[in-house]
Amino acid sequence: MAKVVAVTGNEACANALRQVNPDVCGIYPITPQTDMMQRFASFIADGKVDTESILVESEHSSMSACIGAAAAGGRVVTATSSQGLALMWEMLHIASGDRLPIIMPVVNRALSAPLNIHGDHSDAMGARDTGWIQLWSENAQEAYDNTIQAFRVAEHMDIRLPAMVCLDGFIISHSIERMEYLEDQQVKDFVGPFRNFLPLLDLDKPKSYGPLILTDLYHECKRAQHEVMTKVADVVLEVAKDFEKLSGRKYGIFETYRLEDADIAIVILNSAAGTTKDVIDEFRDKGIRAGLLKPRLFRPFPYTEIADALRHTRAVCVMDRADSFGGYGPLFMEVSSALYQAEKRPLLMNKIYGLGGRDYLPSHAAQVLTELTTVAESGKVSTIKEYIGVRE
Amino acid sequence: MKAKGWRDLPPGSVVLEGGSAVKFKTGSWRAFRPIWIEENCIQCLFCWIYCPDMAVEVKDGKRTEFDYDYCKGCGICALECPGRKGQKAIVMAEEGK
Amino acid sequence: MATPLTLKELSKKEDRFTHGHRMCSGCGAPIVVKIAMMATEYPVVVSNATGCLEVSSCISEFTAWNVPWIHTAFENAAATLSGVETMYRSLKKQGRFDKDKEVKFIAFGGDGGTYDIGFQSLSGAMERGHDMIYICYDNGAYMNTGIQRSSATPLGADTTTCPAGSVIPGKLRARKNLTKIMAAHDIPYVAQASPSHWLDLAKKIQKAHEIKGPKFINVIAPCNRGWRSKTNDAIQLSRLAVNTCYWPLYEIENGVTRITVTPKEKISVAEFMKPQGRFKHLFSPENEGLLQRVQDEVDREWAKLQKEAKTD
Ligand SMILES: Cc1ncc(C[n+]2csc(CCOP(=O)(O)OP(=O)(O)O)c2C)c(N)n1
Ligand code: SF4
Ligand code: SF4
Ligand code: SF4
Ligand SMILES: [Mg+2]
Repeated sequence: MAKVVAVTGNEACANALRQVNPDVCGIYPITPQTDMMQRFASFIADGKVDTESILVESEHSSMSACIGAAAAGGRVVTATSSQGLALMWEMLHIASGDRLPIIMPVVNRALSAPLNIHGDHSDAMGARDTGWIQLWSENAQEAYDNTIQAFRVAEHMDIRLPAMVCLDGFIISHSIERMEYLEDQQVKDFVGPFRNFLPLLDLDKPKSYGPLILTDLYHECKRAQHEVMTKVADVVLEVAKDFEKLSGRKYGIFETYRLEDADIAIVILNSAAGTTKDVIDEFRDKGIRAGLLKPRLFRPFPYTEIADALRHTRAVCVMDRADSFGGYGPLFMEVSSALYQAEKRPLLMNKIYGLGGRDYLPSHAAQVLTELTTVAESGKVSTIKEYIGVRE
Repeated sequence: MKAKGWRDLPPGSVVLEGGSAVKFKTGSWRAFRPIWIEENCIQCLFCWIYCPDMAVEVKDGKRTEFDYDYCKGCGICALECPGRKGQKAIVMAEEGK
Repeated sequence: MATPLTLKELSKKEDRFTHGHRMCSGCGAPIVVKIAMMATEYPVVVSNATGCLEVSSCISEFTAWNVPWIHTAFENAAATLSGVETMYRSLKKQGRFDKDKEVKFIAFGGDGGTYDIGFQSLSGAMERGHDMIYICYDNGAYMNTGIQRSSATPLGADTTTCPAGSVIPGKLRARKNLTKIMAAHDIPYVAQASPSHWLDLAKKIQKAHEIKGPKFINVIAPCNRGWRSKTNDAIQLSRLAVNTCYWPLYEIENGVTRITVTPKEKISVAEFMKPQGRFKHLFSPENEGLLQRVQDEVDREWAKLQKEAKTD
């Protein structure tokens, strides 16, 4: 049934969107996302989808139009990267505050200045507090699978929140990989028809979206929004279970690799996890019990589950492909918050790697694992946050 | 009325009832009160069309009373009222006097 | 059948924009909105930019809108509505929306949300050809945040960010002619209107709804707070704006300009300015030159418009 193909991450996501057949999409170019929505535009031009596109004049307008379209009542998608996501920032909060299940692949790219078009996670990390669900993907297969599952999660009647699917710019968006497509009909059945919720176009019940709410109720609105986020992880798992039946591919809220009995571990997002796994195998071969944890659901962040998965280790390095200048890396902040609640917890360090598309090499993983071994033995972390792969 | 808790709010803070602002009476804002002098009224309905607060009631195409629940007392109606033979059909009076 | 545009017939309709809104007493904007909303029989979906109208018409669970209404942010009423309109087209095309029901779309934005921060979004939506009317209620400043200068603020006006001081006499730049800029988009319908001329305004709205594609209508909307005038003079001032030719009433339909109301006698722009505190300083002797410049600008623009216009 499933079809094995060799495609890029962008192509895979474009195909997932084609199979879902959204009602409206916003399109605006930005490297490295551009060719994803370009491909989707061809599907529209060739009549392969029913989607009406809005060829906006900016990403701010793209997200604004997506919000209008989603509020009107239907399935809405767009995709972006980097500066585009940054330009949307204001509107991202409005999409989530209005509880609109817009789906947006984010092809991760560095933020200016200096201008750089290559992959890192600064864009999506900058959007982590916008109230969007974030699913992260190691490769084209995961980006494809996450995109399809994102619709089910976001449109779940208990959730109704927007979701971004993150994949690494160029490394995944533009490299050809072998992966499997589901049949069109399978995806259609899996996602199901769009279920309306407070549609603006219901003319008989005129509604107002976007009121002014001051001190009397704003705090309550945000409390309600927080509550919805607490339900997301269970829905992600429920959807993943259904998806596994369909595809044979198993997803959780994070993935672990040789972590169960590990003494030392690396926590890392997206494509760099692949390289890291290979190096972990090498260390295992040398008798060093190394493991990995790769978060899939970053928002909401599964604090308890991640703490449970890591607390038996002796030392953990959280690797960030983004920096919070004057702070630790964003992933580190989450993992250390998670572990603080554990009675027994590993030593923690934070490495910043791969900014602006700087290669992440097996030697970097090896360097980190070697240091972790020392830390585990000595019981001491010398520098908590450090850049690696950087020229002095 | 008990203030709403977070569980009572509609999702996305969407206002579910169109035109619900009618429950919010703005008449208390008024410092001046328009008074209709029926005998001077030529039923031109200018007061109705120009009232920013939809506070002039019209029934079957004829103006009746002011809706003092909403009238903010701006005086536009009085200024625009042509009246009959130079006699205004709306005059403004200080509230509470 | 469209309701005839007589006050008697219009008064029989249910309010689509209701009382209970919290615009200031005597504000011009709600007059513009109520006329625009009553001038059509079609179901209408409204998008609203952040600004006085928006913050005063939908607060917590109180909405003055008896039609579907959406506000998302300040600079994007056009983009937001373009999304709503596109979803409508998509659903209709797919047979998921009543094919016999025709829905119309109106965006309302203040001058700040239209001339300035929302200009790109407006230009984009118009260029894309969405079927909507964008109505700017132009009160000549960022009123909601406390009367700051916008590119619609008239020459010489005193605002909180271009105050009339001892050295600088208020705004030194003339207004941006947004109506003409929108006409340069070559959209099928552009017009300028005033609440004082309610029938002219209503006709323009009615006509615009019958034209497919993007339409732009710029409507003067006096603000007694920002203009520092009286609460009762919104209609009088907007009428003076028309009669001084400061705010000519015209339309540009498929490139053809038509002046829809020609003042019987063009009066001096000072008549429009005198009742407004924001121009008070222009009437002191040292600012005579600036006052003359205002008149010259008006005369020049009016002459230009007359030249462009087809008179019937
Ligand atoms: C991006 C952004 N910048 C600034 C503001 C603050 N703001 C809200 S309303 C407003 C003024 C609106 O002016 P205008 O569009 O002319 O409408 P008016 O209030 O005059 O009716 C401003 C500056 C905002 N809400 N969003
Ligand atoms: S404006 Fe004056 S004359 Fe005309 S209907 Fe109103 S009260 Fe009567
Ligand atoms: S005083 Fe103002 S608010 Fe009251 S009825 Fe007259 S126009 Fe309307
Ligand atoms: S400040 Fe001006 S525009 Fe705003 S509500 Fe008051 S009168 Fe109207
Ligand atoms: Mg304004």
